[in-house]
Amino acid sequence: MKYAFFPGCSLETTAWDFAQSARAVCAALGVELEDIPDWVCCGSTPAHASNASLATALPVVNLQKARAMGHPVVTACASCYARLRTANHRLRADAAECDRMERVTGARYDGDVEVLHVLDLLVNRLGIAAIRAQIKRPLSGLRVACYYGCLLSRPPEIVAFDDPEHPACMDDLVAAAGAEPVAWPYKTECCGASLAMTEPAAVSRLGHRLLSMARLAGAACVVVACPLCQMNLDLRQRDATAAHGELPPTPVLYVTQLLGLALGIPAEELGLGALTVRADGLFAGMKVEG
Amino acid sequence: MSDAITWKGPALVDEVERRSGTPVSACFQCHKCSTGCPVGPEMDLLSSQVMRLVHLGAEADVLESRAIWLCASCEACTTRCPMEIDIAGVMDALRIMAVERQADGADARAEIFNRSFLGSVRRHGRVFELGMMTAYKLRSGDLLADVGKFPAMLAKGKIGLLPKRSGAAAQVREVFRRAEEEEKRP
Repeated sequence: MKYAFFPGCSLETTAWDFAQSARAVCAALGVELEDIPDWVCCGSTPAHASNASLATALPVVNLQKARAMGHPVVTACASCYARLRTANHRLRADAAECDRMERVTGARYDGDVEVLHVLDLLVNRLGIAAIRAQIKRPLSGLRVACYYGCLLSRPPEIVAFDDPEHPACMDDLVAAAGAEPVAWPYKTECCGASLAMTEPAAVSRLGHRLLSMARLAGAACVVVACPLCQMNLDLRQRDATAAHGELPPTPVLYVTQLLGLALGIPAEELGLGALTVRADGLFAGMKVEG
Repeated sequence: MSDAITWKGPALVDEVERRSGTPVSACFQCHKCSTGCPVGPEMDLLSSQVMRLVHLGAEADVLESRAIWLCASCEACTTRCPMEIDIAGVMDALRIMAVERQADGADARAEIFNRSFLGSVRRHGRVFELGMMTAYKLRSGDLLADVGKFPAMLAKGKIGLLPKRSGAAAQVREVFRRAEEEEKRP
């Protein structure tokens, strides 16, 4: 299975550990990822909040490059994923928009390159059963809050690989890795990451709300599939607890890091050392090097 | 906000519907969007109130609100709206209009952040975090926030001192130029 990989800006820097663990997990499961050459930023929220043409054109530039590769696109960032899917959605429905994008990007594109999130690839292309068969070190006894955030499941007419209000794919993956996903109510509540720089007070409130609910539900850690959620809940965790009350330090891992450990990939190949809140303690007593 | 708001005609709702491509006028004030909004507690107007003020043509009240800049673009409102209004898309249209019309009182930080972020993309084809954050801090005057996090991020390789340019940076600059031209077309 071969896919065109769109890393996106976060996965080159603040989320290099997500990139490394996603690549390692895919390699271990026989999925070949080839980077889109000369990929460019998707524009994220600043583009769609500033210029509608730019917000579609930046994803289109990448999708045009991917089309030349002849493989479906896989991305790991929830924001990149939403922007690429939104561009496709707009172009498929609207010939005038295709004309407009041809004027802006200099080439025709009609929205036909398939775009998957890495979770969608793992759960729906490879399948839970195939992944379970590859598990070498089950993470028995580890209680995990799976946090999906906003853009992996919303809006459903654009993303739609899981239920928009009650997604379960990450819970299934975590269970396949031998860990125990907890039931909790804030799976799809937004963490406010796009406001991290501009509205830190709101972001602290939202982060604390999520982390305290995860703890109340009995989770020892949170697992995410978005670089913005991860940075917000991990790097800014101390700001949140300082503002709204102490909580036990709660590691926030990428789902690919957790799955990678269960697949037998060494911790140092999964970037676990880059977490702000260390995860070592979670795996003490398991035959897993945290 | 003024005490009594009277209907000022359909110009605003027409423009917002045209720009956002979504039927704002279908809103019947069920408040489902406001109920599920993660930043409702911080907003000066709830999203359902923004929709109503757009109906009423209260342009200044809407474009000068903090609410349009506090929207986190999480799409909960868009997903849940029973009338299928893309409420997050309406917030985008209103932010763009607020900048175009240089609306007073609009929260400057979000706009400065967007400008700093896109400036970095325009220049390098990708976001160069350190450059983007420096530009944001200098423009917003918010110099000290998060500075304490830099050393650990540097040590963990989570922020770089030099930009990682895309090989297609020149193409991106041209796309920016043409996208701006496109937005000026009638």
